[in-house]
Amino acid sequence: MSSVAAFSKASPFDALQRWLPKLVLAPSMFIVLVGFYGYILWTFVLSFTNSTFLPTYKWVGLAQYARLFDNDRWWVASKNLAVFGGMFIAITLVIGVTLAVFLDQRIRREGFIRTIYLYPMALSMIVTGTAWKWLLNPGMGLDKLLRDWGWEGFRLDWLIDPDRVVYCLVIAAVWQASGFIMAMFLAGLRGVDQSIIRAAQIDGASLPRIYWKVVLPSLRPVFFSAVMILAHIAIKSFDLVAAMTAGGPGYSSDLPAMFMYSFTFSRGQMGVGSASAILMLGAILAIIVPYLYSELRAKRND
Amino acid sequence: MATLELRNVNKTYGAGLPDTLKNIELSIKEGEFLILVGPSGCGKSTLMNCIAGLENITGGAIMIDDQDVSGLSPKDRDIAMVFQSYALYPTMSVRENIEFGLKIRKMPRADIDEEVARVAKLLQIEHLLNRKPGQLSGGQQQRVAMGRALARRPKIYLFDEPLSNLDAKLRVEMRTEMKLMHQRLKTTTVYVTHDQIEAMTLGDKVAVMKDGIIQQFGTPKQIYNDPANLFVASFIGSPPMNFIPLRLQRKDGRLLALLDSGQARCELPMSMDDAGLEDREVILGLRPEQIVLASADAAGMPTIRAEVQVTEPTGPDTLVFVQLNEAKVCCRLAPDVAPQVGETLTLQFDPAKVLLFDAKTGERLGTAASLPVQDRADNVTRIKGR
Amino acid sequence: MTSLAGKSAISLSRIAIYAVLIFAVLLYLVPLVVMLLTSFKTPEDISTGNLLSWPAVVTGIGWVKAWATVDGYFWNSIKITVPAVLVSTAIGALNGYVLSMWRFRGSQLFFGLLLFGCFLPFQTVLLPASFTLGKMGLASTTTGLVFVHIVYGLAFTTLFFRNYYVSIPDALVKAARLDGAGFFTIFRMIILPMSTPIIMVCLIWQFTQIWNDFLFGVVFSSGDSQPITVALNNLVNTSTGVKEYNVDMAAAMIAGLPTLLVYVVAGKYFVRGLTAGAVKG
Repeated sequence: MSSVAAFSKASPFDALQRWLPKLVLAPSMFIVLVGFYGYILWTFVLSFTNSTFLPTYKWVGLAQYARLFDNDRWWVASKNLAVFGGMFIAITLVIGVTLAVFLDQRIRREGFIRTIYLYPMALSMIVTGTAWKWLLNPGMGLDKLLRDWGWEGFRLDWLIDPDRVVYCLVIAAVWQASGFIMAMFLAGLRGVDQSIIRAAQIDGASLPRIYWKVVLPSLRPVFFSAVMILAHIAIKSFDLVAAMTAGGPGYSSDLPAMFMYSFTFSRGQMGVGSASAILMLGAILAIIVPYLYSELRAKRND
Repeated sequence: MATLELRNVNKTYGAGLPDTLKNIELSIKEGEFLILVGPSGCGKSTLMNCIAGLENITGGAIMIDDQDVSGLSPKDRDIAMVFQSYALYPTMSVRENIEFGLKIRKMPRADIDEEVARVAKLLQIEHLLNRKPGQLSGGQQQRVAMGRALARRPKIYLFDEPLSNLDAKLRVEMRTEMKLMHQRLKTTTVYVTHDQIEAMTLGDKVAVMKDGIIQQFGTPKQIYNDPANLFVASFIGSPPMNFIPLRLQRKDGRLLALLDSGQARCELPMSMDDAGLEDREVILGLRPEQIVLASADAAGMPTIRAEVQVTEPTGPDTLVFVQLNEAKVCCRLAPDVAPQVGETLTLQFDPAKVLLFDAKTGERLGTAASLPVQDRADNVTRIKGR
Repeated sequence: MTSLAGKSAISLSRIAIYAVLIFAVLLYLVPLVVMLLTSFKTPEDISTGNLLSWPAVVTGIGWVKAWATVDGYFWNSIKITVPAVLVSTAIGALNGYVLSMWRFRGSQLFFGLLLFGCFLPFQTVLLPASFTLGKMGLASTTTGLVFVHIVYGLAFTTLFFRNYYVSIPDALVKAARLDGAGFFTIFRMIILPMSTPIIMVCLIWQFTQIWNDFLFGVVFSSGDSQPITVALNNLVNTSTGVKEYNVDMAAAMIAGLPTLLVYVVAGKYFVRGLTAGAVKG
């Protein structure tokens, strides 16, 4: 064993250099730990208290959750979320994929067309909601337009129909997001190995069949991402409801995000509001945890 | 220029993890060209990063000019490095790339200009100085990367597989050029490669590494002719050394290896003779160029007849494959005597050049009598397994 | 003959494809066209005509009234958006630089924790955040909103830069360290000059996110400190007085124009941000 020489001492400047990365990251670490996880925990705690207009820390166990589940409005909001989310995701996907496949056929002025499909994504949901509220206005909007154009029996009064108002939200949300889904799938299609398509053509498959059987199945990851993003948008949807219907008529177009806002900030039911926020978090986790898990596993297999 | 010495260097990425570097001992003199060679994952690049100070060692000492630098940050070690990817700063021009280190070190403007001019002239990149790296060919980028290293006139130059991103032809050209440059500048250099030809052609000293351990440290000639173990013997040389597993026998008091080509048998007398070798499973190593066609003037050498199974003409030589015992054996013959497939050849060996390895541990057995004594330098390090 | 028939079949299907695409273009444009047409009509014109009828008289009165109503809120939005975008982008760039080039024990874990922030339903942090802003004396101020947007924008900005920087070879940083450059010198002289595309992506993403935000705006501001989205919503959903749809539409256009403009000018970066942020997020 040769003697091990002592390390030469590093200068103070070097020591600072060694700490710099940690120092630079420290504020963000603090923000994330407190502002993300600390606050979630705080909300979690509030959901077990009888807080109303102001936070009080009197423990009431699961009482707020019980009140939430007894609340008809919460069930309407949850049911609306299921209907809105399901239809929004399905329709957006169908439109997005169709437009992407069509646009992938060496279309002239593709860039221009893409720009048109995608511009709603740049708008605020409030602007979208305002526009569609006007378009769907019973008596003055599309309702009147189509009658003016000669469709005498046309009626479009969904915006004031408690049973159909949620479809109005679907229409506006699809208009806003479908161009984005189109862009995602178009990018995916551009990434598909062209030799696969050529090989299938040599095998004698028709173009629609090639897309259906070969190309689209290879876009499974894009499909998953798209569903995840859309579900995420649906659960967080708040601005659109606020601008288009404010939850009405009555509370027939409420979504959980709207419910949470009005109970917490308008009706002074902080405990119930917190409980509903925690349930929303649970819904998001139920979607992203399996997604992240499969993503990470796929990466490990690489 | 400087000397470099590694004393018992160890590196591990954490308790419980296997050692990345284990008891590395080597030293080179001023102006020497050291090659670190080995398969990927052998620790050669880690060792280089440790010398540069980009990674910390967990034990031992790195001495530059007899001064321990292992606690110093990279910038204080006075080292320059050329990377496999060249790592040229993409937003800076060639001139700015070369100047960068000098500016950081606050060298006066006039000196910087002078230094850039010197390096550009040396590497013939004067016409490229105002271009961005993205506008250069691979070979030109390589030169700029070297220029950046040369400009600082550091004590030690490190090269991390600098030629491996070049195409085959350019790689050979640049290899020669690097050798010329080193002969002129006499810079102390550490050069990492996985290419054994680069190792043989460029190095004054070669360290063959595997699993974080130096398998052998010596001159290229020692490594080639006198490999410390089976790994070194198989790693260095192209086409690789032939290995024939067999059991040594004693007949009439002489130690023999029995070779069988299917057509004939041959008793190959061993030039070394230790009592322990008898009846032992060994691997017999023979380089392809040491199997030659039998000729009249080499009478007394052992010969064997064998059928040609495959021939591979490479141009300067033709590689001929025959079956000996269980092994496919490659012989390197002159193209003009190259036989046809199916033909039977009479081959001849020089028993003095045969190497023996332990079949289990891969360690060299006996000592080859083939080498002149003075060629087996004393500082050949052979590290036995744990 | 057969080849001709095949050709006409192909061109038929191509005509169908173009027809669908163009029809979709028109559908996507309808709301924008309706908004524009309505905003230039008089209220009487709106009640007699229909959505797509040309204005009987083209008038800017809707725009003038709308601007008079949302003017102050428009500037509020700018006061909130500009500093929040710049600061969150700068912090994101530094975070991404550390997380990709200067990893240390625990930095990966931190990145994982941060990533979750991209999915966080903000409803779960609204209450504690409003208590905190209250304690800091920033409740109902634009400064408070700037803070909130910086904090909850960090996840995305860091993600953008980190993912961009991991594709830059480590050797560049190693080379610079051997050249004698330190942490900030490397960032400023080598990494930052390479970052233009991702800076653009990040700026545009943050700009659209913050400008279009409604939730934080409605929760953390009131009265004079409200951003334009909140003001627009108040205007549109007010139940007092006669509805002036031309004013509503003009106000909606005013609220939407800045982001639309950015989209038209730098659409390439906008789309890249969407896909990078969404797919990786």
